[in-house]
Amino acid sequence: MLRLEPRTRAPWWLGVVSPVMAVVATMLAGGLLFALMGFDPVASIRTIFWDPLFGPAAGYSRPQLLVKAGPLILIASGLAIGFRAGIWNIGAEGQYIIGGICGAAVALAAYPSEGFWIFPAMVLAGAAGGWAWGMIPAILRNRTGASEILVSLMLVYVAQRVAAWMAFGPMRNPEGFGMPGSRNLQQYPAASNPELIAGTGIHWGVVAAVVAVFATWFLMSRHIRGFRIRVAGLAPRAARFAGVRPETLVAFCLGLSGALAGMAGLFEVAGPGGQITDSFGSGYGFTAIIVAFLGRLHPVGILLAGLLMALTYIGGELAQLMLSLPAATVQVFQGMLLFFLLAFDTLTRYRLRWGTAR
Amino acid sequence: MCERRNRLTYEKDNGDGVTTSELFRAEGLAKSYPGVRANDNVSFSVAPGEIHALLGENGAGKSTLVKMIYGLVRPDQGRMSLGGQPHAPADPRAARASGVGMVFQHFSLFDALTVAENIALGMDAPPPRADLSRRITEVSAAYGLPLNPARRVASLSAGERQRVEIVRCLLGNPRLLIMDEPTSVLTPQEAEILFATLRQLAAQGTAILYISHKLDEIRSHCDCATILRQGRVVGTVNPAQHSARELAAMMVGAEMRLVDRSGRQAGEVVLTAAGLTSAAGLEGTALKDVGFQVRAGEILGIGGVAGNGQEELIAALSGETTGRPGTVALDGRDLSAEGPEARRRAGLLAAPEDRLGHAAVPDMSLTENAILTGATRQGLQKHGVIDHRAARSFAEKIIAAFDVRTPGPGTAAGALSGGNLQKYVIGREILQEPRALVVNQPTWGVDAGAAAAIRQALLDLAGRGAAVVVISQDLDELLELSDRFAALNNGVLSAPVPTEGLTLEQVGLMLGGAHGMEVAHVAA
Repeated sequence: MLRLEPRTRAPWWLGVVSPVMAVVATMLAGGLLFALMGFDPVASIRTIFWDPLFGPAAGYSRPQLLVKAGPLILIASGLAIGFRAGIWNIGAEGQYIIGGICGAAVALAAYPSEGFWIFPAMVLAGAAGGWAWGMIPAILRNRTGASEILVSLMLVYVAQRVAAWMAFGPMRNPEGFGMPGSRNLQQYPAASNPELIAGTGIHWGVVAAVVAVFATWFLMSRHIRGFRIRVAGLAPRAARFAGVRPETLVAFCLGLSGALAGMAGLFEVAGPGGQITDSFGSGYGFTAIIVAFLGRLHPVGILLAGLLMALTYIGGELAQLMLSLPAATVQVFQGMLLFFLLAFDTLTRYRLRWGTAR
Repeated sequence: MCERRNRLTYEKDNGDGVTTSELFRAEGLAKSYPGVRANDNVSFSVAPGEIHALLGENGAGKSTLVKMIYGLVRPDQGRMSLGGQPHAPADPRAARASGVGMVFQHFSLFDALTVAENIALGMDAPPPRADLSRRITEVSAAYGLPLNPARRVASLSAGERQRVEIVRCLLGNPRLLIMDEPTSVLTPQEAEILFATLRQLAAQGTAILYISHKLDEIRSHCDCATILRQGRVVGTVNPAQHSARELAAMMVGAEMRLVDRSGRQAGEVVLTAAGLTSAAGLEGTALKDVGFQVRAGEILGIGGVAGNGQEELIAALSGETTGRPGTVALDGRDLSAEGPEARRRAGLLAAPEDRLGHAAVPDMSLTENAILTGATRQGLQKHGVIDHRAARSFAEKIIAAFDVRTPGPGTAAGALSGGNLQKYVIGREILQEPRALVVNQPTWGVDAGAAAAIRQALLDLAGRGAAVVVISQDLDELLELSDRFAALNNGVLSAPVPTEGLTLEQVGLMLGGAHGMEVAHVAA
């Protein structure tokens, strides 16, 4: 019989190898799936993983890589901090939406005045909105013991309804001929988040993501607060002994990850998205959970994982376009990636043995 | 070799190292784990009716040895025989079938089930429940271990839980019974009941393999002791003919330091606790109006069986739980509302009992564990930024000062043996020169050499003018260390009395007799 035996100590390189193996296994299983559906597996995999970077249309898709990776990395950096402490913010999608709405609200209130302060104020409003949305599960957990997992997740659906209300109601573009959706901020220079270097896809959100990677690295490996967050995740009683108040930690982690998700939402609405619509949330907040784990909750890992997940988004769209693969392809791929990652993770902590225990 | 004092007839060594009558024999047993030779050429034998001690420091290979006998681990080399037949059990079930029983240090009982249900779960082929209950009553009465088969385990004391484990073994009629540190959870009175049972078993011919750190216990109750050091047998002696000091010297391989109590004078009151009341923690007991004072240079010993409020007391003192104003004060300054970090800044430090996961983080390095409590007081952080170099040198200082055996400060705390990690944890607090230090079970599960070093360090700390509170189940330790003694029982602290002239029996009575356990009359 096959059974799992705990490893006494996992070799350090397994932590690096297991995400790579998960990617390879996803490609193999994905190829098999496509073959069963009657598509050419090699061509499909190449279209998803290779063509966006080096294929004939790479000139268009390469900038898209950073446009998609920016919010994923920004959100995942914040989520990873809470995950390290055992605080599970599953509702980054909602914080992203609320952040976008709050940032857009500043812009729409200021319209059409011009001023250098408008964009920074929008960033602050976006972060504050995400923070506030993240503090709801934090306060409920601290006051009543409610699970932050459920509360943050359910608040995503509330946020989606708020976005729809805004798009149809208060924020509807008065010059939009009755169409739902706010003004397009791309056409409002003081509030827009443009591509900073033409052809690269880099906008302020990408810059913020890179800053977040460095800042969270500093926090987690150099700062006493990050140290205590890690202690709380590894040994909650030791954290209490060291002087960590669990309530403070919950508020800090949910607030910070909410603020980063809110900023990501703002950069999206002021940049690539352009406007608040009823379908403003596009799943970045959920995908970022996969990014955080695929990146081993480590800032550098998250940077790489964010780029990889962005690739599956773009490659999936390309495969829809070129090979008419179904639209669910991307989600299947992302789901398989997380599944295989968890499976290979188990193998870093346990080894497989045949036979019975001795 | 050894003589048995329980029997009328003595079987003498016949000169070639083989006794004329033996039940169990190990020859040249060896077992290696990656990087460690846990057992190397271990040979010894146990006669029927003999209480045979396995003595050794932590990591000396005692556990590996008994695991091989009980079928949990297979030896790399060597042979075992039981009653003349080769003994090579593939698993514990096979070991039980051939007549080996084992009582583990940590109980594996389900609180929600009754005694009989727990025992049935541990049996390979349990008889019908009514028969089993009758057998339990019979066996437990016959061996002076009264047990009600219908009681829920949750309501049993530690001593009674151990009885369940022992009775479970006895139902299998073992020829060889292995006991792993059985008295570590018992009061002196409970331990006496256990020894009466063991002697009765021995008198009926059951061989007992007895693992313990407690040298006095082994000297007064064991017929023979095999001493292990670094996986090898260093001697087989009659423990009654050697002093505890000699035995310890054989275990450690060097003369033990004796604890030096001189040079201490009680000064002004440093630590005051008054009216401490707290809610019960998990599986714990609420504190009920606990109060005491400790002076500079003084050690207050707090005895009692774990689970009587010990965890709650140290949490209330360390700041993990905060209390009403006026409940905890250091040098007259009220710290009741302050958390652990503020109390550390003020000079009140603590070392909780549970090394893995409370006093230290197993998955973090020793350097990071130095930061855990030393961050502020040792200047390991400046404006929140961790000074890793300072942390590393503080960790190295602890390792050097407390003789922590480890490859270096980068080693994970969880990779250290219990004794070494305990030395590290206690050392970390002592080197911070606290004004007052509270420790819970400072030498629990620690070998004799490390225990002596820890006790001496606590005495030295008091000698330098600190107030020290030692919470412990080990009464010998408390009598050796403390100037005053108090008992914590069911959340209530007795009034501290001077230790001078206090006997173990008096202490046992202060702890509430044998915790309400009935002492059965053992048939002579």
